[in-house]
This record gives sequence, C-alpha cells and structure tokens, in this order.
Amino acid sequence: MKELLRLFLAFAKVGAFTFGGGYAMLPMLQREIVENRQWATEEELMDYYAIGQCTPGVIAVNTATFIGEKKKGVPGAIAASLGVVFPSVVIITVIAAFIRNFQHIEAVQWAFDGIRAAVVALIVSAVIKLGKKSIVDIATALIFLVVAVLSVLTNLSPAIFVVAAGLCGLLLKGGKRDAASA
Amino acid sequence: MLLLLELFGRFFFVGLFAVGGGLATLPFLQSMGETTGWFGASTIADMVAISESTPGPLGVNMATYVGFQVAGVPGSVVGVLGLITPSVIVILIVALFLKKFRDSKYVQWAFYGLRAASLGLIAAACWAVAKLALFSADKFAETGGVFQSLRYENIILCVLVFIGVQCFKKIHPIVFVAIAAAAGIGIHMVFG
Repeated sequence: MKELLRLFLAFAKVGAFTFGGGYAMLPMLQREIVENRQWATEEELMDYYAIGQCTPGVIAVNTATFIGEKKKGVPGAIAASLGVVFPSVVIITVIAAFIRNFQHIEAVQWAFDGIRAAVVALIVSAVIKLGKKSIVDIATALIFLVVAVLSVLTNLSPAIFVVAAGLCGLLLKGGKRDAASA
Repeated sequence: MLLLLELFGRFFFVGLFAVGGGLATLPFLQSMGETTGWFGASTIADMVAISESTPGPLGVNMATYVGFQVAGVPGSVVGVLGLITPSVIVILIVALFLKKFRDSKYVQWAFYGLRAASLGLIAAACWAVAKLALFSADKFAETGGVFQSLRYENIILCVLVFIGVQCFKKIHPIVFVAIAAAAGIGIHMVFG
C-alpha cells in the first residue's frame, strides 16, 4: 500500500510539472524516475517511450503504466497512471469552473512563453543524455536523423516510424549475424 | 448517470484509437462535439489554449476540460478515466509480452532500432516547441525576414537554461521551469 502511494505521488509530481505534453515529460521522468528513484534504466525509459508512441492513448499515461507495472504489477500500473493524470484533472477542473478566460490572462501567457523556451533546453539536454545510450553506431544515428527530419517535414503517424525502425533493427542486426555465420 | 456512462464510452473510444500522443486526440474530440452536440468549435479552441497553458499531458487536459463542460466535476473525472483505461489495458498486455520475450534476441534487435526512432520523434516534437517559443510567426508574416522574426530574448533564455542544466546537474528541472516562468513575465514587462 505504501509502495502504491509512493508510485502515485511520484507520478503526480511528474504530471504537475510537465509543460507542453508527453514529450516534455522526458526530462522530468529522467530525473525523478531514473536518477532519483531508480525505478527504470535509461534504456527502459526509451523502450517505454517507443512503445507508448505506437500504442493507443496518451504517451505520458502509457509510460506511467509501464513503470508502475514493473514496480508493483497491475495495482502499481493503476496507481502510477492515476497519479500522472491527477494534477491535470484538479487544475483544469478548477480553471474551467472558476476562472473566466484563463487563456487570455496576460501574465499566464508571458509565463508560458518563458517556460516554453526553457522546455526546449530541457528536452535537448535529455535527448543528448539519452542519445548516449540509444545512438550507439552509424545505423542508429541515421535512424535518429531520418525519423527526426521526416517527422518535422511530414504528417506521418509516429507509429509508422516506430514500426519501421523496429524492422530496421531486426534486419540490420539479423542480417549482420547471417553474414557472420555464412 | 446515463450521460456519465456515455461520456466514459466516448472517451474510451478516443483513448483506444488516438495513437501518437495528446494532439492525436484532437480530431476525435472534434467529431465527438459534432455528433453529440455537447460542445462546439469555440470550446475546442478554448480547450487547446488552456491545455497548452497548464501543466500535464495534453490529451488528459483536453478530456478534463470537455468532461467538465458536459457534466461538471463528475464529468471531468469520468472523461479522464475513460481516456486512460484503454492505455492501461493495452500497456499491461504489452508489458506481459515484453517480460516474457525481453531476453529474446529478436526483441532486442527491434529495440536497437526503436530507441533511436523514439529519440528522433522526441527531437521533432522539441523542434515544434522551439518554433513556437523562439520564432515569431506573426512577425515573419509581416516582414518575411527570418532574422527579424527570431525572438532573441527567448533564445538567450533557452541558451542560458541549457548552460545551467549542463553546469549544475544537481538542480531539478522544476527549478529551471520556475525561473523561466518568472523570466517570461519579466521579459514582457520590460520589453513589452
């Protein structure tokens, strides 16, 4: 029970301080879940993100479910998922109920302007750090670049990139082994 | 009660079929508004603006807002639960398989490619945020010059935060977010 509460609270903290959607959650997850609590490794975090992008639903919830399940089975998955959405539900409900035209308050827009600039720096830092574990050779560097560029230039679903990259991985590694054994 | 059940069902559907994160839920919410008449285009516009100016995952923020508009506080809770239930079920199934086949060489080969792609997608999402934060589309439409349209004050803030993160690894990301929020307000008060 105590462990479930810890899962809920840890993910509530991540949810409360993520600005700009699931991708912006990466720096928070890396700090809170990987570094501070060591509930997952950097590789596992990338795996969960990859799967979270090609399975249905919100990426943040998908990642929380994975880590919760790993720690404490099905109850853990539920505790972590509820934790990550809890701050959103409270904050948005309060805004929707009490604050008229919240999105037009100037100070809020100004603060978010600054936050977005910082979020760019935080995500870039996280990508550099995680890149050391995920981009290990020329092939993975190429996959990274091609996916990043195509994703910016086209409207293709992330799922397509993830599945294609998985196949590339299978072919590259499998092909290499066949060549070595032949 | 029936309304809440319908709300749960409709958000369950969104959660089940929207692949690729929060913004992927947007077209589903639009068609939900049209078929049910629960909310109109202006609610959706408000919802996107509020979701982007509050913390938390976009999809969850949008479900909370729409749920509240339809049925108050119970509506926001039920909407979010509907949205996340398919995620939790699907991921639990995937996690089960992953545990079983984690050590399979095929799974490891696939993940060798997957991780790099996942990182590429994150970099692309970061580019989208950067365009919004560091570049003024309004000014570009007006002047047509790339360099005149760069928002230098935000670029400096971004670079400073980046240096800060590299130099002070112990400082929590939350601290940088808080400083940047204050800086954002400060910048606008000084430069207008």
